[in-house]
Amino acid sequence: MTEAGTVKGQEFWRWQEYHRIMPKKWTNKDLITAGVDVGSVGSKAAIMVNGEAYSWGITRTGSNSPESATKALSYALEGTGLKASDIKYIVGTGYGRVNVPMANKAITEIACHAKGANYIWGPTVRTVLDVGGQDIKAIRIDETGRVTSFLMNDKCAAGTGRGMEVFADLLQIPIEDIGGISLKVEKEPEPVSCTCVAFAKTEAMGLLRKGWTKEKVLAAYTRAMAVRMANLINRVGLEKELVVTGGQSKNIGIVSRIEVILGVKCLPMPNWRDEGSLDPMVAGALGAALFAKALYEKAQKA
Amino acid sequence: MITVGMDLGTQRVKAVVLKDGAVASRGQALSSFDPTKAAEQAVEEALKAAGLKLSDVSYFAATGSAMDMAPYANGTVSMMGADAKAGVYLFPKARTIVDVGAEEARAVKCNEKGIMVDFVVNERCAAGAGAFIEAMARALEVKLEDLGQLALKAERASPINASCVIFGESDVVSLIHRQESKPEIARAVFDAMADRISSMVHRLGVNPDVVLVGGVAKDVGFIDSLNRKLGLTVSIPQYPDYAGALGAALTAASRAKGAQK
Repeated sequence: MTEAGTVKGQEFWRWQEYHRIMPKKWTNKDLITAGVDVGSVGSKAAIMVNGEAYSWGITRTGSNSPESATKALSYALEGTGLKASDIKYIVGTGYGRVNVPMANKAITEIACHAKGANYIWGPTVRTVLDVGGQDIKAIRIDETGRVTSFLMNDKCAAGTGRGMEVFADLLQIPIEDIGGISLKVEKEPEPVSCTCVAFAKTEAMGLLRKGWTKEKVLAAYTRAMAVRMANLINRVGLEKELVVTGGQSKNIGIVSRIEVILGVKCLPMPNWRDEGSLDPMVAGALGAALFAKALYEKAQKA
Repeated sequence: MITVGMDLGTQRVKAVVLKDGAVASRGQALSSFDPTKAAEQAVEEALKAAGLKLSDVSYFAATGSAMDMAPYANGTVSMMGADAKAGVYLFPKARTIVDVGAEEARAVKCNEKGIMVDFVVNERCAAGAGAFIEAMARALEVKLEDLGQLALKAERASPINASCVIFGESDVVSLIHRQESKPEIARAVFDAMADRISSMVHRLGVNPDVVLVGGVAKDVGFIDSLNRKLGLTVSIPQYPDYAGALGAALTAASRAKGAQK
């Protein structure tokens, strides 16, 4: 793994930007496709060789969606020897999908996450919880990764990843450690009553003033987030196997609490830090690259 | 008789000194991390302006979200109760008081004596409070105090997702990139807020004598949108942000008087 992401010591909210190339070779005969997922907080691009994950890049989304898309794709191509012109078909997805300039087509992130989850975990997945920077989606899928129904938070960003960034900054804890720290409580506190992202800071300050430890504050907030997510899953109808995708899939505090609340185990999370391992945060981009392959092949036949 | 009302809000603490039923002075301080200290500062400033000392005060009453942390307090007053009291004191005909603060909005229905009879609160969502306007001003890179004037220049409102501060921010950023007019975006922000507040007012029953108080009542853009949505002209006192503190000071006066008897 190439650690191109810069570590900025004082910005605790900043999660790691990185790119990865899987240990395989490509030749000129291979079909190269790409998926670009421009999320509200992270932009992800994945390159596939004959429908197999080959490389990807994850960067922070800037205020300009087209630029973020371009940046993510160049990041995914870095060190692969591939050029943008080698990519036969590109699908754009995510919050900023209509602003992916190089895309041949845009597909909703719901379809892409479903497809990507099916790719990462295989055909037994039936329920996908995708938690990104400002949205939560509970998606039901069939054995081919096709969406059968879904629910999302379209009116309110409460309980999404953005709140976690606020906490990381306020408590001066690196965002990647938050989940683990939130589990270091002897007894799970009552969840906070308000998970509005705009109020996260006041909420946390109030609890700290009451003398709560950082761990307890994080546990109460993480618990409240997990309750919201579990409710969404129950509303769409939980069917095993369950998996979590998106940035918050890396938050062990969230994932383990959802398991407790719902009384089910998620399929094992790939250890994204390991060389050669897939990353559920890239599920949407992988799904998009798979759609790109199918669309390209369809166009060739026509 | 001297009484003091303190309103410990999420953003600022306001204090009003009342002397024989009339406002003698006002003071305020930023709440920041220590609302108790901020209240001490606000009270000190107000007493100094009136040429009074702490020992001259017969009764201190506290209100606001951090009222439990108030110094000197002889008692507390609910935020709805303080709004009702102040609203009717300032505008005797008022029967509906709308209070829009930094993190909370309330609509209070009251009787002719300034006693609250019903209320609706928005407290769990920033999209219905001043925090929403602040976030949107930041996203638009416009000074908070200039956003209202900007909105007044627009004939129509841009379409934005105004159900949530976070979604609204993202929408504003994309609208700016599409080079949409800033006045139209600003108007959309105030219209969305006004929509929420007017539906709260309607839940209490329509009443033509509506008073608007709280920090957001100083914003011309919001006033314009709220008047349009309600189809009437709301009354606004000269110091709308001190209404809560005034209501507490008035309650303090009647409690002190009651104790004397």
